[in-house]
Amino acid sequence: MTTDLTAPGAHRATDTGTAPTPGPGTRPGPASGRRRPPVLAVIAVLIALFSLMPLGYVVAMTVATGWDTAVALIFRARVGELLLNTILLMVLSVPLCLVLGVGGAWLVERTQLRGSRFWALALAAPLAIPAFVNSYGWVSAVPSLAGLWSGVLISVLSYFPLVYIPAAATLSRLDPSLEESAAALGLGPWQVFRRVVLPQLRLAMTGGALLVGLHLLAEYGAFAMIRFDTFTTAIMVQYQSTFNGAAGNMLASVLVVLCLLLLVAEVRSRGTARYARVGSGGQAAPGRMPLRRLHVPAQLALLLLVVLAVGVPMWFVVRWVVLGGSAIWAPDELVPALVQTLLYGVAGAAATTLVAFPMAFLAVRRPSWFTRSLELSNYVTSSMPGIVVGLAFVTVSIRFLPGVYQTAFVLVAAYVLLFLPRALVSLRSGLAQAPRELEEAAQALGVPPLLAFAKVTLRLAAPAAAGGAALVFLAIVNELTATLLLSPNGTRTLATEFWAKSSEIDYAGAAPYALLMVVLSAPMTYLLFQQSKKAAGQ
Amino acid sequence: MTSRSHLTIGVAIATAGALALTACGSGSSADGGSAGGSGSITVYNAQHESLTQEWVDAFTKQTGIKVTVRNGSDTELSNQLMQEGAASPADVFLTENSPAMTQVENAGLFADVDNATLDQVPAEFRPSTGKWTGIAARSTVLVYDKRKVQPNQLPASMLDLAKPEWKGRWAASPSGADFQAIVSALLELKGEAVTKDWLTAMKTNAKVYKGNSTAMKAVNSGEVETALIYHYYYYGDQAKTGENSANVGTHYFKNEDPGAFVSVSGGGVLKSSKNAAAAQSLLKFITGKTGQEVLQKGTSFEYAVGSDVPSNAALVPLKDLQAPKVDPAKLNSATVTDLMTQAGLL
Repeated sequence: MTTDLTAPGAHRATDTGTAPTPGPGTRPGPASGRRRPPVLAVIAVLIALFSLMPLGYVVAMTVATGWDTAVALIFRARVGELLLNTILLMVLSVPLCLVLGVGGAWLVERTQLRGSRFWALALAAPLAIPAFVNSYGWVSAVPSLAGLWSGVLISVLSYFPLVYIPAAATLSRLDPSLEESAAALGLGPWQVFRRVVLPQLRLAMTGGALLVGLHLLAEYGAFAMIRFDTFTTAIMVQYQSTFNGAAGNMLASVLVVLCLLLLVAEVRSRGTARYARVGSGGQAAPGRMPLRRLHVPAQLALLLLVVLAVGVPMWFVVRWVVLGGSAIWAPDELVPALVQTLLYGVAGAAATTLVAFPMAFLAVRRPSWFTRSLELSNYVTSSMPGIVVGLAFVTVSIRFLPGVYQTAFVLVAAYVLLFLPRALVSLRSGLAQAPRELEEAAQALGVPPLLAFAKVTLRLAAPAAAGGAALVFLAIVNELTATLLLSPNGTRTLATEFWAKSSEIDYAGAAPYALLMVVLSAPMTYLLFQQSKKAAGQ
Repeated sequence: MTSRSHLTIGVAIATAGALALTACGSGSSADGGSAGGSGSITVYNAQHESLTQEWVDAFTKQTGIKVTVRNGSDTELSNQLMQEGAASPADVFLTENSPAMTQVENAGLFADVDNATLDQVPAEFRPSTGKWTGIAARSTVLVYDKRKVQPNQLPASMLDLAKPEWKGRWAASPSGADFQAIVSALLELKGEAVTKDWLTAMKTNAKVYKGNSTAMKAVNSGEVETALIYHYYYYGDQAKTGENSANVGTHYFKNEDPGAFVSVSGGGVLKSSKNAAAAQSLLKFITGKTGQEVLQKGTSFEYAVGSDVPSNAALVPLKDLQAPKVDPAKLNSATVTDLMTQAGLL
């Protein structure tokens, strides 16, 4: 799976600073507003129903399999092994990601670290390298890499930025007066960090941890390459042996239960404490702690982390490119894969943004139990792994929608569903920042309501929508699992072509595809990083 | 530019993108007027992509018929074909092993293969029903690390790998169709009880890799002493750089052992094909002289089976392999997957 920073957790973490403009929703809108929402509401409900399809698929398949068969397929030793693997992977990787993510964010944001601007970006850079490319680099470096510890290594190096980015964003805007008060009351620096700073990072940490956990459950390529079996890799093996057979479907239902448990765990550990600043006046910039003796070790630790997470995979990608020479740049394979990837990226990003619009609009302009439950459905959907979405779509289209079966529409629809939260979060904050009063003023000046909406609100929300679309694009470029299942006949993307070649251990042949994916991802990752800073800064 | 036109452009891009993708994705649909005037076909391909690509490119060059290839693995595609039924977009199905062919045949989805095609392939490489034909063949082999294992220490039978002394000393790729075909031969030759015991022992004894080439690479690098794979991975790597097989030796079990199983790769034409003539001509081409010479001279190192074309000279001749006699029509993939799922290998 690709890095989805704007799934529910990160949204809360990076979005905490975007206070909705005062007013909207608290008083009745203009006449035109009252006519618009029902249509939008119907569309939004339809989208929510559509987005719950993978969950419905898993439930329907479990029922269709029959109780006895389902029990036999779920309660077997193999599932126990997979469960143990998955739990150990979580228990080891998530805390390490938290330590590295929060530690890195603290060094960059709150200490007098030299080159902190460089490190701030360098620590986000691993997001530009898909986890399966990271795995490929590491397997090239250490061919015997396999099993749990290798899984932990790859996971931590690929996913710690999911904690780092929201943590850094939150740290950069903490109100220093709380810490100053704590220090004045006699707490040492370490105690201030533990008792004052850390609790305020809670949302960033739980959100980041949730994202890491969901990625661990959904990742296929990175773990398949190092022979570490998780539910997702086992489902893929069943798929390759039986297409959508019962055993694979039952593994998928266990996987979905695990995802839902993660969501619940995250909600419960979020806590209820609030850390809002209520006083008037501007907020001082947070102070930076001198590192003194620890400066050199800190620099070395950051260097080591970035070398392991970015240096190693990129070194081996480039090394294979050099070793492969001109033979690996076969334009008749490379060009179509690049074109297909770009087309899917653009079409998917545009479609996702459009689909996100009704929900985002209702959430901002008509907040109610209704829109909140719509959001909840979206929250559940965002936790569905690509393999489950792929299985659901292939089965539903083959049985009920033969007209679209194996067309690009199915794959784009899967992308929409997988990456809707990314577009939604950006779009919602964009709409929230477009004051409705401006739209009303335009109407008062005689502009028809729809046109006023288009000319004022949409225009103001456009940059946020574009940002969300860029993130969806990034995710699609690096998506492997669902693409493998749903690609139309003859379609190859950079990710699937990379996978086909590296599976045949043609590592040199796979290198150009890896390089292209990283090159396409780098600017989007930079954008994501900038966006998180901005969201937190407002 | 107004915001509305932004929105319009967004819609337009999404629609145009989807249409463009549909167009380049399913090039097979209604493309009746290409060079040879014979249209286009879709192949569901479980053979190695590079081999099928060689066949397809040569075929298109000769006939002008355009070919769209969907790649997958044997039983993934056979099960997919069975679910698609009459609505399947596939015209031709090519596999690495025969069990998936038998599955599709039993589902009644294959048309009869043209007699002219069948005449090109000896009876031992195709089922008596004539619903599909062999297109190539591959032999089981135990590759071993020459630095660690002496030839006299190698097992006499594949069944010996279930013994405790082989614990942790052999590798395989149970998720692959290749290995599952070997198990289906074991099932056919020795029955369900023996197969079940052997698979249970394998769960304890074997190191599991994804893909035969990865397993061989592990032998070469000293991670594991032996691996049960197909022969051509070794010859293919030797012909290239040998970087993944320099330390590797090959051990053929021979003696009609289950481990001497020679697997037939199959090709068949779907009954639902909308361009059956073109589909039949692809099968005829593959089993014909030019198609089989791709096996002889190309980089696949699979055995040639048709049109009296000899196999690549580097290979141990097929007749020397003393393979067990197995009717490809009897190999059962569904039972194999179930047994392997029960053994916890899948």
